[in-house]
Amino acid sequence: MRDRLRHLIVKELIQMFRNPRMRFVLFVPPLLQLITYGYAFNLDIRCVATAVADLDRTQETREILRRFERSGYFCFQERVGRAADLAPLLDAGRIKLALQFDPGFTQDLRRGQPAALQILVDGTESNTAMIASGYANRILAQYNLELQRAAVGVPTTRSGVPTAEILRDRSPAVELRARAWYNPDLKSRNFFVPGVIGLVIMLVSLQLTAMAIVREREVGTMEQLLVTPLRPIELILGKTIPVALISFVDIALVTAVAVFWFRVPIRGSLLLLFVAAGLFLLSTIGIGLLISTVSRTQQQAMMAMSFFFMPAMLISGYLFPIANMPPVIQYVSLLNPLRHFLVIVRGIFLKGIGLELLWPPMLWLLGLGIALLTLSALRFRTRLE
Amino acid sequence: MRPARLRAVIRKEVIQIRRDPWSLGMAFAIPMLLLLLFGWVLTLDVNNLETVVYDQDRSQRSRDLLERFEASHYFHVRTRALGWGEVERALDSGRAQVGLVIPRNFARDLERGLVVPIQAMVDGSDSNTATIALAYIETITARYSAQVALQIAGSSGPPPAAVDARLRVWFNPDLESKDFVVPGLVAVIMTVIGGLLSSLTLAREWERGTMEQLIATPIRVSELIVGKLAPYVGIGMLDVLLAVAGGTLIFGVPLRGSFWLLLGFSLLFLLGAVGLGLLISARSRTQLMASQLAMVATLLPSFMLSGFASPIENMPQALQIVSYAVPARYFVTALKGIFLKGIGLRMLWPEALFLAGFAAVVIALTMQAFHKRLD
Repeated sequence: MRDRLRHLIVKELIQMFRNPRMRFVLFVPPLLQLITYGYAFNLDIRCVATAVADLDRTQETREILRRFERSGYFCFQERVGRAADLAPLLDAGRIKLALQFDPGFTQDLRRGQPAALQILVDGTESNTAMIASGYANRILAQYNLELQRAAVGVPTTRSGVPTAEILRDRSPAVELRARAWYNPDLKSRNFFVPGVIGLVIMLVSLQLTAMAIVREREVGTMEQLLVTPLRPIELILGKTIPVALISFVDIALVTAVAVFWFRVPIRGSLLLLFVAAGLFLLSTIGIGLLISTVSRTQQQAMMAMSFFFMPAMLISGYLFPIANMPPVIQYVSLLNPLRHFLVIVRGIFLKGIGLELLWPPMLWLLGLGIALLTLSALRFRTRLE
Repeated sequence: MRPARLRAVIRKEVIQIRRDPWSLGMAFAIPMLLLLLFGWVLTLDVNNLETVVYDQDRSQRSRDLLERFEASHYFHVRTRALGWGEVERALDSGRAQVGLVIPRNFARDLERGLVVPIQAMVDGSDSNTATIALAYIETITARYSAQVALQIAGSSGPPPAAVDARLRVWFNPDLESKDFVVPGLVAVIMTVIGGLLSSLTLAREWERGTMEQLIATPIRVSELIVGKLAPYVGIGMLDVLLAVAGGTLIFGVPLRGSFWLLLGFSLLFLLGAVGLGLLISARSRTQLMASQLAMVATLLPSFMLSGFASPIENMPQALQIVSYAVPARYFVTALKGIFLKGIGLRMLWPEALFLAGFAAVVIALTMQAFHKRLD
C-alpha cells in the first residue's frame, strides 16, 4: 500500500510541475494576492481632502482650523470665499469634507452661546466618513473642554483659549490615556496581511483538490485509475497529500513575505502556526473533496468553489467584524473553518498568545476537519463504486 | 462574418450552458448570495463593542462616566474585572475589544481639582474598529470632563460657550455601508460571472479534445469569439438586472441617476470582462490554469484595486497607477455616481470612453491570440 501511494503522489506532483506555466500558477498568485492585500487594502485615514469656507475670519476660527490641520487627519486643499462653492467640490469628489464658519460664529462664542460650525461630509464611503467625522468631533470636544474650563475661572491666553500648560492642576478634569494594544500604530496592514495566509491556503487547497479530481473524471482518466489496484482510500490520500505539501510551501512563502517584506510582527510561535495550518488544511481539503463529489465538470467545480469561498471569506471576520453580524449568522460562522484559523493566525502574529488561549479555535478546527474529511471520504467512495 | 455560422456557434454554446443547469444556477445564486450578505450581514459600522471595565473607585462619579459609555451604544459593558490580570486576559482572548480602567480615588481627586487619568485599552489588531472606537472614547471622555469641571466649580456664572458641530453627511446621510457597498458590488458580481464562466470555455475545448473538431469546421475566428462572447454577456446582463433590482427593492439603495445609463455602462464593462476571460482561456490549455489566471487577472483587481473595498487614495503611488488599467475602477466610479450622486454622462464620459476602449482592445487581442491551429 505504501508503495502504491508513493507512486501516485509522485505522479501527481510530476503532473502539477511538468508545465512551466502551471509552476508559475501554483506559487505566483498567492504572492500577488499577498502583495495587493498588503498594499492596496489600507483603511487608515491620514489625509482627508478638506475644503474650508471661513466666512468669519477671527482668531478663534483660525485657532480651530489650526487644530484640524495639526491633527494630521485633515489636509486643507481648498479655501473658498463663499459657502456655495463647497457643494461643487463635494460633487466632483475633489474633497471629502468641508468646514464652514458662518459670519457671527465668534460673536456667538464670545457671548457664551453655542456657535454653529457646519461640517459637510461625503458619505459615499461610509467608513471614511465615519472615521473623519469622529476625528472632527474629537478635536471640537477637546476645544470645547478647554473653553469651558476657561469659563470656570482658569486664566486664559489673549485669544480667550487657555493653553494646556496654564490649565494643568488648576481645574478638575478627566485625562484620557488611551493605548491600542497589539498594533500601537493602528496599521491596517498588520490586521490584513496575517489574514491573507488563511485566504491563500484556503483558495489553493480547495481549488487544487476539487479540480484535480474532477479533471480525471472529465478527461476520462478516472477509469484508468479505477482499474489499477489502488484502493479508494489510497486514491484519496494520493490526491490530497500533494495538495497539502504545496499548501505548506505556499504558507511558508507567504509568511516569509509577511514578516520580512511587510514587517508584520510575529510574536507567537511559528511552530504553532504550522500545526494550526495543518488542522485548517484538514477542513479545506475535506471541502475540496466534497465539491469534487458533487461536480461533473471543472466548470461546475469552479462555480461551486466560488459559491463556497466568497461567503466563507466574508463571514470569517477577515474584513468585517463578526460581532456586527446578526446573531444567526454569528452562529453559522462557527462552522466556518476560516473564522477559527484567523483567530489563531492573528493571535499568534499580533497578540503573541499560545495554546493556553488558542485551544478553543484549535479544537474547532480539528473537529470540523475530521467531520468534513469523513463525510467527503464516504461520499467519494460511494461515487467510485 | 456570416450570420448563419455565428448563430450556430451561439446556439451550440447556449445548448452547452443549458445542459449544465447547475453552473447556470450558480451564475445566479452567487450574485444573490453576495447581495444578501453585503446588504444584511456585513458592516464596518462600530457598535456594541464588547468592553471590560475595571472600576477601582466604585463611586457615583465613576458609575456616571461608565453609564455614558454604555448609553452611547458604541460600547457594551459586559465584563466587570476585579484586577488588571482579568482585563489583560479578556483582551488577549478576544472576549473584549475595549478595556477601561478607572483609578482609585477618581471621585475624590476630581473634587480636589486634580487632573485624573483614566486608562483605555483598545484591541488594535482590528485597526479600523480600533480607530473608530478611540475617537468615540475621546469624545465621550472630553464631554464628561467638561461637565464635571462645571459641576464641581458650581455652575453659577454664565453658561459656557461651546462650538456646536453641525454635521451633515451628503449622498448617504445615514452613513449606511450598504449604500456604499451595493453599487460597487454590481461590478464585483459581474467580474465573477463574466471572468470565471468565460475563462473556462476555450480551455475546456482544448482539454476535452473538441477543439480539433471546431478547427475542422469552416468557422472563422471572429465568429467563434463573438459566438462565445454573446451568451455570457447575456447572462451577465441578467445578473445586472437581478443585482440592481435586489439592491434597490430589497435593500432600498437609492438609484438617483438614469437606469438606462446604468445598463449601458454594464454592457460596456461586461464586453471587456468576458473578453478578458476569453483571452485567458485562449492562452491556457487546461481549465485549472485558466481558472487560476482568471482569479488573479480579473477577480483580484476588481475586488482590490477598484475602490470597491478600500479607497484608492490610500494606496501607494505604484498601485494607484496600476489601478488606472483596471476597468472595474471606472465602472465602480460610474456606478457610485449613478446610484448615489445621480450624475450623468456629462460627468462620466471619460469612464465610458475607457470602458469602451478596454473592451475593444481586449477583444482584438483575443482574436489575435487565438489561432485555428493545433500547436
